Amino acid sequence: MKKVQFRNAWFPYLLLLPQLSIVAIFFLWPAAEAVRSSFYLEDPFGFGATFVGFDNFVDTITSTDYGRIARFTGIFTFCVTFLSLGIALLLAVKADKVIHGASTYKTLLMWVYAVAPPVAGLIAILLFDQHVGPIVKLVALFGWKMQIGVNYFDTGFAMVIAAVWKQIPVNFIFFLSGLQGISKSVQEAASIDCRSGFRRFWTVTFPLLAPTGFFLLIINITYAFFDTFGIIDVILKTEPGNNPVTLVYKVYLDGFRGNDLGGSSAQSVVLMILVFILTVIQFRLIERRIHYT
Amino acid sequence: MAYRKTVASLVAAAAMLGTSTVSYAAATDITWWHAMGGRLGEVVNEISTGYNASQDACNLTPVYKGGYEDTLTAGIAAFRAGEQPNIIQVFDAGSATIIGAKGAVLPVEDLLKDNGVAFNIEDYIAGVRYFYADSTGKMIGMPFNSSAPILYINNEAMEKAGVEAPKTYEDFEKIAPKLKAAGYVPLVQSHIPWEFIENFKSRHNLEFATNNNGYDGAAGTELVFSEPIRNHFKAVKKWLDEGYFGYYGTGWGDNQTPFNDGKVALWIGSSGSFGGISKTVQFPFSATYLPYWNSVKGAGTASFIGGAALFAMSGKPDAENKCVASFFKYLTSPEVQYQWHRETGYVPITNAAYELAKKDGYYEKTPAAEVGIKQLNLPAGEWTKGYRMGFYVQIRDVMNREIGKVFSGETSVDEAFDTIKADGDKLLARFAKTVEN
Repeated sequence: MKKVQFRNAWFPYLLLLPQLSIVAIFFLWPAAEAVRSSFYLEDPFGFGATFVGFDNFVDTITSTDYGRIARFTGIFTFCVTFLSLGIALLLAVKADKVIHGASTYKTLLMWVYAVAPPVAGLIAILLFDQHVGPIVKLVALFGWKMQIGVNYFDTGFAMVIAAVWKQIPVNFIFFLSGLQGISKSVQEAASIDCRSGFRRFWTVTFPLLAPTGFFLLIINITYAFFDTFGIIDVILKTEPGNNPVTLVYKVYLDGFRGNDLGGSSAQSVVLMILVFILTVIQFRLIERRIHYT
Repeated sequence: MAYRKTVASLVAAAAMLGTSTVSYAAATDITWWHAMGGRLGEVVNEISTGYNASQDACNLTPVYKGGYEDTLTAGIAAFRAGEQPNIIQVFDAGSATIIGAKGAVLPVEDLLKDNGVAFNIEDYIAGVRYFYADSTGKMIGMPFNSSAPILYINNEAMEKAGVEAPKTYEDFEKIAPKLKAAGYVPLVQSHIPWEFIENFKSRHNLEFATNNNGYDGAAGTELVFSEPIRNHFKAVKKWLDEGYFGYYGTGWGDNQTPFNDGKVALWIGSSGSFGGISKTVQFPFSATYLPYWNSVKGAGTASFIGGAALFAMSGKPDAENKCVASFFKYLTSPEVQYQWHRETGYVPITNAAYELAKKDGYYEKTPAAEVGIKQLNLPAGEWTKGYRMGFYVQIRDVMNREIGKVFSGETSVDEAFDTIKADGDKLLARFAKTVEN
């Protein structure tokens, strides 16, 4: 193949400029600002800031509930990622086999994608309301006295359900297109070699889906970490009380509800470092085991 | 900028066209950011329209900014950008933040005096006088929607159980089994920090924080939780386990709904809930003072004022400040205060307005509406003036979290209060550092 090259060495940078400036303005600048203010203790109205070194970080890490919040964030992220990927994969495999009315099934499975996170939270609130929620009444038949907003586990359960429900369509769309990208000849060859559909899926289809799966894994972890904010906020009615919150939500609570800018910035810097480590691990360890065709 | 101003005035003019024929050509525009949604917001708009119609020099625009926390945060962000409104409504728990930031607001007392509006702190009812004042007693914020936590009573439940509404928690312990037997949840509250901690302190005249409840400065202020409040929560936990007390989480509405539905016999709400309740509930109800423990010596004093105050933000031209002063004068007039009191259930903040309501025979028709103001006018004590603590929104969150743990059995009352004190004191120390520079 003929190699195409730009004649002017600066031209490609010019083409990259819009993207780079967006990264600089909307990511690098605020990130630098967060790092700076994490070392200061500032009065909310901005009359003055005192340099306090690592005090904000020490206060953050040593606060009594930080460990509990970090633990919940981990469990929440795992549950949301695992369930939304698993259920979406199952649905995609099944929908891929449907012949009659395929587009109807697919549309029905995808429409949730258009629901905004706060709306998803609102729907969850209606379904899980402790006085009139239908789900609460349903599980009461099995002897589960569910109390969202009072019981730590129940509230966390509702958050996971709402977050998973909201995320399944995205994963479904990607898995379905991934499945449709697997060539028929490979599948036919496999079905001659092996009669068990279950085994064929795990040994042939699943490895071929791995690039899609890996991409979705990262997307889903990021989603569970950051984008579930709207759902959590609505379910908690902005009153955390003794309910589970995620690390990102705690940043909001302290910064925007409590007006503690320094402490909130310190927490977001900790989060930034966490996400950085996570990304490195993902790309170093997991991606090695994935083969792109 | 000139273009934006023109557009803004055009829009304002168009909006005014329908409501009034008065010309606003030369009027000074002022804005008021508030947190009053629903019916309360409508009354705020009525008051603003009334003010605009009452004079020609100023034109007030009220803007709803969401809940209390949202309004304060929006105000702070606007102030940092130099785009602050003239008037901002800040709630009780946020008052230390805005008063602590020296230079963010014009003290209301100075503002009124400088603009030739007569001001006498004695004109205000005793309960609201000093809550939004500084340590010298100078009024910084103008009390606006002022409320007290009071006990609402489902009269039907009382009749069925054959009991009288309790005055003290000792009385409640006696009647609770009967109310439960009659098929009711005997008692529900709706805001743990406000009703069971802050006002527990003031109803029992107990120290809430060192440094004169925080009024004497942020540095070194620490929370105080002595035996009586620990015993109170030990009793509440016992009631919860025995089915004499219902807890539905931190959300106000979740706790009010079962009372509105007639499932709860006694509900501790706000005097400001009166307007809403009288429209929704299907059973006869009445109200009485927030109960106290008779066994605590000196109990039965007045409660703290709750709700919010209006603050005049600094950095505005004199002409606009003059308008703010004239609006405050209008707002505190007996007629407007009585209108606000009648429509919302919040207490009138001046003695003159209270007298007017009495003279009008309002309380003979609706005695429950007077409970809040009477409770605020109960004998004061050393510790009933109020409290002044920074980062208090977070401290309230800590209280809700720990008490929630007590109710779910994850921790004991003593451990919970030790944690509230430890976390709270840490937040107070952090706040002290922010105001000292």
